[in-house]
Amino acid sequence: MDATQIALAERVAEEQRHHKKGQFFWVWGALLVMTAVEVYLTYQNMQPVKMLTILMGLSLIKAALIIGFFMHLRYEISRMKWLTMCSVVACLILMTIFFFPDAHRIVTLGVK
Amino acid sequence: MADSVVSQDIPSVYEPSLFGTYSKKIGMWLFLMSDSLTFGALLYAYSYGRISTAGWPTPFHSASIINATIMTAFLLTSSLTMVLAVRASVQHDAKAQTLWLLATMVCGAAFVVLHGKEWSNLIAEGLTLPMFPAVPGHEANAEFANVAKSVPQFPSTFFTLTGMHMLHVTLGIVYLGVVALRRKFIPVLLVLWLIAWLGTPAYSPFHYGSHVLLLAAIVCGIILWLKPKVYDSSDVEVAGLYWHFVDLVWMFIFPLVYLMSARIL
Repeated sequence: MDATQIALAERVAEEQRHHKKGQFFWVWGALLVMTAVEVYLTYQNMQPVKMLTILMGLSLIKAALIIGFFMHLRYEISRMKWLTMCSVVACLILMTIFFFPDAHRIVTLGVK
Repeated sequence: MADSVVSQDIPSVYEPSLFGTYSKKIGMWLFLMSDSLTFGALLYAYSYGRISTAGWPTPFHSASIINATIMTAFLLTSSLTMVLAVRASVQHDAKAQTLWLLATMVCGAAFVVLHGKEWSNLIAEGLTLPMFPAVPGHEANAEFANVAKSVPQFPSTFFTLTGMHMLHVTLGIVYLGVVALRRKFIPVLLVLWLIAWLGTPAYSPFHYGSHVLLLAAIVCGIILWLKPKVYDSSDVEVAGLYWHFVDLVWMFIFPLVYLMSARIL
């Protein structure tokens, strides 16, 4: 992508970014509904692993909505999107690799 | 002395940013990326403790869950008002921008007050840290006191994680206040500090925690004195990025800390 293309993409993104007021209300409503679903599931006495999976799935969708629409990342150019998201996700994956196998090892060892 | 003069008659060429946006926003994104790792580490520490500790407590009853749900609703609503403030700033509607920013601050303040109330209840009932003074004349709940003694990892990780988030929300309110009201916000901040300081009992962690507001007032005063400026739409958008990030982090704290440790009777 050369300088002219970047400038053009930037201008188009700026024009799109702030012109859809109704969209923000839809996103807000979706976030509230997903929060209500999470709270409803809490009252259903589900298995912890199943509940954790569903809650984390919903949290990731909510995070994507906030980052994409409220933080306007979906209107940024691809380079910005990929660099920011890939670097954060890579660091969090590294944390997962280091933390959870050890925690799981302690559990499977049993209490001595 | 420079012995050459830069020629001014050459038409300048607009060179766009490598990331297609202005440097302030890139700077804020970089800060948020680093901050997400701070919260990531705290959330992982909490989860690690939960997985590896036998008898992890589930101390949040229905009242706590309802309180946390209302807090979440306030934070989500504040994100909506924030994005509307950004929109108003782009459209050069200064009045709407200030009003939406103030609405965001009110929602954020409601979140902090509810969270503070919940912290105070938990501490009074015995789910506390050794560094917090005991609440005089209040009988600790046997269940919570037992949790604090048998699984100290729970209050340690809970208060660190939620305290860090509460600090971020508080500083976010100050940030938005400065963007919305500039120098006029300093006396407001000092009044808020006095209310928080004098309105909380001496044994409350918020009594000494309120000095964060005094520190913020001093720092903001120095910044506004050294570099007074009128904040434009880019400043509002950058402030909005910070605010939405605080909301985003709560979307993980709420289910992991509250909903997964709920005891619904």
